[in-house]
Amino acid sequence: MSETKGIGKIIFTSSLGTLIEWYDFYIFGMLAKTISIQFFPEGNETTALLSTLAIFAAGFLVRPFGALVFGRLGDLMGRKSTFLLTLVLMGGSTFLIGLIPSYASIGIFAPLLVLLLRLIQGLALGGEYGGAATYVAEYAPANRRGYFTSWIQTTATLGLFVSLGVIMLVKSNMSDAAFNAEWGGWRYPFWMSIVLVGVSIYIRLKMAESPLFSQLKKEGKTSTNPLKESFGKRSNFKMVLLALFGAVMGQGVIWYTGQFYAQSFLENTAKLDFMQSREILLWGIALGTPFFLVFGALSDKIGRKWIMILGMLLGAICYRPIFSTFLKDTNIEQMTSDIHKTGSPFYVVSSTVVKADTISSANSIATTTKTCWMLPNNIQVVENRTDTLTNYKMGLSAVLKKDSKPIFNGKILPNDLKWKFVFLVWCMIIFVTMAYGPIAAFLVELFPTKIRYTSMSLPYHIGNGVFGGLVPFIATLLSVSFTNDPLVGLWYPIGIALLSAIIGMLFLNNKIDTNVND
Amino acid sequence: MGLVLMIAAPVIFYFLINGAIKNISATGTKDINKPIPWVVIISIFTPISVGLGIFGYYAFKGEYDQLPKSSEEI
Repeated sequence: MSETKGIGKIIFTSSLGTLIEWYDFYIFGMLAKTISIQFFPEGNETTALLSTLAIFAAGFLVRPFGALVFGRLGDLMGRKSTFLLTLVLMGGSTFLIGLIPSYASIGIFAPLLVLLLRLIQGLALGGEYGGAATYVAEYAPANRRGYFTSWIQTTATLGLFVSLGVIMLVKSNMSDAAFNAEWGGWRYPFWMSIVLVGVSIYIRLKMAESPLFSQLKKEGKTSTNPLKESFGKRSNFKMVLLALFGAVMGQGVIWYTGQFYAQSFLENTAKLDFMQSREILLWGIALGTPFFLVFGALSDKIGRKWIMILGMLLGAICYRPIFSTFLKDTNIEQMTSDIHKTGSPFYVVSSTVVKADTISSANSIATTTKTCWMLPNNIQVVENRTDTLTNYKMGLSAVLKKDSKPIFNGKILPNDLKWKFVFLVWCMIIFVTMAYGPIAAFLVELFPTKIRYTSMSLPYHIGNGVFGGLVPFIATLLSVSFTNDPLVGLWYPIGIALLSAIIGMLFLNNKIDTNVND
Repeated sequence: MGLVLMIAAPVIFYFLINGAIKNISATGTKDINKPIPWVVIISIFTPISVGLGIFGYYAFKGEYDQLPKSSEEI
């Protein structure tokens, strides 16, 4: 295809649907805490089991399965109708999750329905990306395929951006109680999905089938058994394995670490304030996203291979210094110890007694206090401590036992430090854009038209869903096994990215395939 | 490299099984202490590690030395 006329509309319609699918998939994860309170109450073994299944099965098992199911359909029926179907399934199940009454109202049916709909979401996501990437690539001219398909690559990141933004917007306009109520604000992002999906379906219905697929169909050259041809035929299966281990596996961990692990680390390990940790991520994403297009376009000039490999290598080299800076700059325990040594004053912003309970015996009282401190370096932090006063009724000298391990959280960074963190997150997003920007064009060029949808979808979803999605699980596993190093969890993405980069360096070809009509 | 990957495949599988045995615990509260995630992960990683072994075998045999120049060669 040498015509670029109308490609903007094709990119817009394909990307919009894919963005909405990502939005739908993310809001479930981002509202996991509220969802678990509403549908998977603690202390119930069955709901705990269903909750774990909803988290693990949807991401790891169902996504690759969806890639096979819809990839096959896309190679048999066509790209357009298949990714229209995935959009309906995704949007419909997201909307329905927002309508399910809580566990308190309908009991075990609530978590069962949520699990079922979450599995449908995973299935639909598995089928969407391959269709959108293939569709755009088959319209794009050879010399700009990297650039045009990189628009599809922005959708996963923009979907995260939109979902974070919508949740923050809803949350900032109501109290926590109103947001977390059974029919409260947490449901709004789910309901909003039906509007977005409706618009996207309307636009997608007007699209024509991919010209390459239409031509194949006209000539009667479509595959009769895409699964067998993709994975049963040695010459193609070899390329599926190469795509997985030499590119998508490394790209998946770089993507997940930069976009998700970073945010979770800032909130749970560095103990930043909920809103500020998200604000930092939003800035990083907003400033980094245009680089998907930059690296997509650059890959049209210098090839896909080295850009992707450089992104993986930079991630592997820089992750430990970056995360170490996050820890060092927010290490309040160290700061308070230094301040005690130098005698610098603290400044108390506010102090609230959360509760004062009489414990164990009548002459002891435990007081839990939340104190908001402003440290000399302008970091605001909440100190949660429980001090115990004994002998206070006995007429003896009262003894105050101070909490030796107060918990510091809700840290709010001053502007200079906040922007430093934004810059570090932005760097990680840049690694993502390098590894991820050119990958759709790379995958499309690797496989023949008649089995392209099937062949590229499976490695993509194993790389992103399984290798990427396992980052938090393996990070926890490593941190439990090696307790001395708080950054030990990073060895998993570093190791996988390095392995993938080495395999890519040795076996991938940097040549751009100008003919994807075959 | 091919040989390394062929060896890596069963090693990964061994570490997964070993990790599951060591970490699954009735008293633990983290995901790594629950059996379901391990069942899901082992069931999805078994074919992946077999795939890694096959990839290593192909690489060892030099089948990636000359990649196809067009889809017709696939």
